[in-house]
Amino acid sequence: MNKKTKQGIAFMIFRILSVAVAGILFYILGFIIYQGAGVINIEFLTSSPTNGMTAGGIFPAIVGTLCLIAGSSLFAFPLGILSAIYTSEYAGNGKVIRFVRVMTNNLAGIPSIVFGLFGMSLFVNTMGFGDSIIAGSLTLGILVLPLVIRTTEEALKAVPDSLRRGSLALGASKLQTVSRITLPIAFPNIMTGLILSIGRVSGETAPILFTVAAYFLPKLPQSMYDQVMALPYHLYVIAVSGTDLEATRPMAYGTALVLIAIVLIINVSASLIRKKLQKHA
Amino acid sequence: MRRAIEKVVEGLLTVSGATTSAIILLIVVFLFKEGAGFFRHSNVENGYSLCVSGKNPVYRLSSDEIKKIFDYEIVSWDEVGGESIEIVPFRMGNIMERYSEEELGEDYINLPAKIIEVTKEIPGIILFLPLQYIPDDVSVKKIEDSRIDVSDFFAGTDWIPTATPSPQFGLLPLLLGTLWVGLFAIIIALPLGLGVAIYMAELATPRIRNVLKPMIELLAGIPSVVYGFFGLVVLVPFIQRTLNLPVGETAFAGSIVLAIMSLPTIITVAEDAMRNTPQTVREASLGLGASHWQTIYRVIIPYSLSGISAAVVLGIGRAVGETMAVLMVTGNAAVIPQTLFEPVRTIPATIAAELGEAPAGGAHYNALFVLGCILFIITVVVSISAELISKKRVDS
Repeated sequence: MNKKTKQGIAFMIFRILSVAVAGILFYILGFIIYQGAGVINIEFLTSSPTNGMTAGGIFPAIVGTLCLIAGSSLFAFPLGILSAIYTSEYAGNGKVIRFVRVMTNNLAGIPSIVFGLFGMSLFVNTMGFGDSIIAGSLTLGILVLPLVIRTTEEALKAVPDSLRRGSLALGASKLQTVSRITLPIAFPNIMTGLILSIGRVSGETAPILFTVAAYFLPKLPQSMYDQVMALPYHLYVIAVSGTDLEATRPMAYGTALVLIAIVLIINVSASLIRKKLQKHA
Repeated sequence: MRRAIEKVVEGLLTVSGATTSAIILLIVVFLFKEGAGFFRHSNVENGYSLCVSGKNPVYRLSSDEIKKIFDYEIVSWDEVGGESIEIVPFRMGNIMERYSEEELGEDYINLPAKIIEVTKEIPGIILFLPLQYIPDDVSVKKIEDSRIDVSDFFAGTDWIPTATPSPQFGLLPLLLGTLWVGLFAIIIALPLGLGVAIYMAELATPRIRNVLKPMIELLAGIPSVVYGFFGLVVLVPFIQRTLNLPVGETAFAGSIVLAIMSLPTIITVAEDAMRNTPQTVREASLGLGASHWQTIYRVIIPYSLSGISAAVVLGIGRAVGETMAVLMVTGNAAVIPQTLFEPVRTIPATIAAELGEAPAGGAHYNALFVLGCILFIITVVVSISAELISKKRVDS
């Protein structure tokens, strides 16, 4: 076999593998959309589950997930952005900062169930919040913190140093440089990171299992010390538990489709923002 | 005034940076504090104790021995260091059968006396009793409370946390289940992921790459519970049908789902590594007459090997820590895996499935935190080794 044929065979295999991976994605998406599309309507999105989860909708779970997104963003966004500004703009490259970076990287690799354990131990039991929106939001907030920090740091790093120096040379203070030059330029990239972290929060199940999620609540939450239903947990419980799995399947397909739709919307908007930025640059 | 604001902002930023590090320390502290509590528990269910006849020389039993005694696998006291007498395990239920309600009296007031009586009658007896009913008498001896043994945990082959009198916390089936599922996931994902990475780094036109890249990001963005659900309704029945198995929820189903889930990690990291091969190296190879494919597997792959290894390590890390998808498709039987086609239970799935039922502060609760610590240690080792592996290339 000469090297041309060998190359032809090898490249053909790589093409097939790539098509296969794309095929897997389309199969999963297509399957969920095909099965779930018939279930989704206004009623499904705006009413509570009825008849032991076999009918009705997922409104309380949507509200719950929105509460968790809001709560965790309130915690993780300011903290993450501020510490990213600190590590990339203020702190030097000393031992301490390198330690913080390694720690942040490690934090990103910790499995989500470990965050659930930690959240249960600290927020639910030690601090006495019980299963509540605040306990779940803090747990999810800590989970996405490394994502927020890393994307913000990268956004800040992408700002050319010449701009910073120019600003400082014109007599601007460090704070003025950061707030008027660096941050506005890095803003679209930071936004992309924040949107992606919202996507992460809306899909995570393991961290909320023991910190906030409820199997079924007819009432919407009144305060941040209440439990809520949440979309991913709702999908999990109606997929694996219940007396009549066949009857709850349509509800499960609908819930899965809503989750997929959230992910699609988030990815599309993140890439739109990125594209817009590339056009400007 | 301006300087004051500067100082305040700088202080605020420093505090934020410190908070992030503090959170990680907090996670470590809480995880290991709760985990360490596990080894302070007695190996007998909380609030209960084991008693034997006062004449019995045995004063101590391991949790494995206790389990075997109550399962009638150990039948004579000489097997655990006593005399050659038959062992007669007694639970509260056996006492209720032996004595009527009148004999035991209101609130079981006569129970301690009856225990003394039955112990004198049956010399080989072992009783599993709530602490408050244990009689204060020389004829009944309490088996010394021994703590859960570290080696019993790490080398134990049974995970039965609800067993009485002695719950079994053996790590091995869970650890092997986790590694088993993770290993096969990587074996499936590696050729697929590497092939796609090579295609994207070397063959794809920018236009195709711009289509493929967002698709892989999308694959990474799909929530794990959706993967689990997909596996449950599509993969599990398919595996059961085609392989003619009694159940479709198997290690194999878990491996396939995990393989799909770790693909984005492997592809992204490996592609980055290959793209970092300097143009000059590539051109030198092509200039010497090598074909594009020869350049890829003789030059680019060896050059980016450390990055590819890092991709594999990170993929394993992802697979080992994944919870919901595995929980939904592997069947969750805590047995040491023999084949790919039987149910297994992984460490994260165990935590997710059992934490809700384990009362806070009990041995079971603390045991799940030990599992959490083990996962934590695995992931820290994974990220540090991935970092070391990819650094190696920069140095050499």
